[in-house]
Amino acid sequence: MIEPGMKTNGPARMVTWLLLALCAAIALFPVLYMAILSMQPATQAMDADGGLVPGSLADTAANYSAVVNDDAINFPLYFRNTLLIAMLAVAGVVCSSAITAYGFARVRWRGRQPLFIVMLATMMVPFPVVMVPLFVLFRELDWIGTFLPLWVPAWFGSAFSIFLLRQFYMTIPRELDDAARIDGCGHVGIFLRIILPLSLPALLVVGLLHFMYVWNDFLGPLVFLTHRDQYTLALGLELYMSRLGTTPWNLVMAASTIMVAPVLLLFLFAQRSFLEGISTTGLKG
Amino acid sequence: MKRFRTLTGLAWISPWLLGFACFTMLPLAMGLWYSFTDWTLLEPAIPIGMDNYERLLGDEVVHIATWNTLLYLVISIPLLTIASIAMAVLLSKPARFQAFWRVAVFAPSVLPLVALATIFKLMYDAELGAMNKGLSFVGIDGPNWFGTEAWAMTAIILMNLWVVGPAMVIYLAALRDVPRDLNEAASLDGVSWWGRLVNVTLPMISPVILFNVIIGFINAAQVFVVPYIMTAGGPNRGTYFWSMYVYDAAFKYGDMGYASTLGVVQFAAILLLTLGLLLVGRRYVYYRGGMT
Repeated sequence: MIEPGMKTNGPARMVTWLLLALCAAIALFPVLYMAILSMQPATQAMDADGGLVPGSLADTAANYSAVVNDDAINFPLYFRNTLLIAMLAVAGVVCSSAITAYGFARVRWRGRQPLFIVMLATMMVPFPVVMVPLFVLFRELDWIGTFLPLWVPAWFGSAFSIFLLRQFYMTIPRELDDAARIDGCGHVGIFLRIILPLSLPALLVVGLLHFMYVWNDFLGPLVFLTHRDQYTLALGLELYMSRLGTTPWNLVMAASTIMVAPVLLLFLFAQRSFLEGISTTGLKG
Repeated sequence: MKRFRTLTGLAWISPWLLGFACFTMLPLAMGLWYSFTDWTLLEPAIPIGMDNYERLLGDEVVHIATWNTLLYLVISIPLLTIASIAMAVLLSKPARFQAFWRVAVFAPSVLPLVALATIFKLMYDAELGAMNKGLSFVGIDGPNWFGTEAWAMTAIILMNLWVVGPAMVIYLAALRDVPRDLNEAASLDGVSWWGRLVNVTLPMISPVILFNVIIGFINAAQVFVVPYIMTAGGPNRGTYFWSMYVYDAAFKYGDMGYASTLGVVQFAAILLLTLGLLLVGRRYVYYRGGMT
């Protein structure tokens, strides 16, 4: 069937397609740029006319092995540090947010609504505002220079994760609770047997988002870590780039590739649930 | 019974409640107290009343940081809003490989900001960088990006356009919820594409625009990592932002009292401006089915 509006459809589609391709190319350019430069020898990367083609396989291997075997900056160690902190923090956020979200979504009690709003409001407290007193607090506890400030607070939940899980719990039919209650389940039983198993995808998204948050965090480690052998990748990369002398850009790009690759791969594998998780945040609570 | 229910509820949320008390309320209270003291960590804090606040008013660096932060907010938030809505509208059109385009446009947003800022530091490099090579390709003589205050600020604001992802995804979800028949009715009445966008689509997603603007504002008001990595606040403090001053005052100059004062003022400013945005925004936002 041909309608008058359909005539423009072909060209309009073409324009959409071209725009999409252009935007995707612009968006992906920095990542490709990083990857290509990480494969170039220094002479090519530091030459204004070096061009945008990767070097040989040997150049690539030389770059990455130079980064991994650096004398002063121990990237393999930073990788392990970051992974350890991220895993401890993710475990904490998932457990405690799952429990807290149950209290906000499934238990009817006075004060629930106001406290929920207070919780949402805490998302607006910027880290720079509390970082000085937090530093003092952790210093009193003798936690400065340890990983503790970076993962212990996660065991008390994060407002964003609780909000996301609460939104998800609200979509689970209440009839399931009632059925379980008839079977003699209390809140703990309902939580463990019904809510938790049904919300596994949401828990996965929360864990994933928090993993990326911790992996990418710069200011937290910058403030709370003191020794070089405790650094995370974010601090290591900054240190590597700002090291005295001309920065060999090909090596810096290889180092950032090492930091970027895990999050990028995680995102690619889980992009669907990831993007859905983020769009949930925009829903009215 | 009712009291018991309240206790049950509190028990369930106790992990967050405890964390809230220890890692949010306590630091805020401590920060407020330290803001009235002179304290260098080495000696006990000495109460000095409003001295820190008076010092702040006359502090040249505060003026610079305030101006830079405001300038950054005023330019980057509208720019980001327009870019993320435009991307969402484009990505909501039926097209081949839609999932791929979405992932491609979102991908830079998952990168660590440290890494993204590092890549852009090289891309902006006047001699080696891709930015000026690309510009010269279309006949434009690229600037020395980190050479002047204005270009350094521009560089930071431009880089932000690569991080449209989260807002864009939320707009995409909102666009899906806009009733089709509204657009179709307008289309039959001969309303142009632009007219439909401005008069139908944007009002329908306006609550989400307000939400994203507020989130974007709170994020942008604490900008730290990108200027720290890319320009170190320079040149001539041209990209020196409020959070950087809080950090420097505390951890570079060891002036914990004054740093706390800067933090308190930052918090108050963000709170007030957020409320202001909400109040002004509510007037222009269209809520389907009444106010929430």
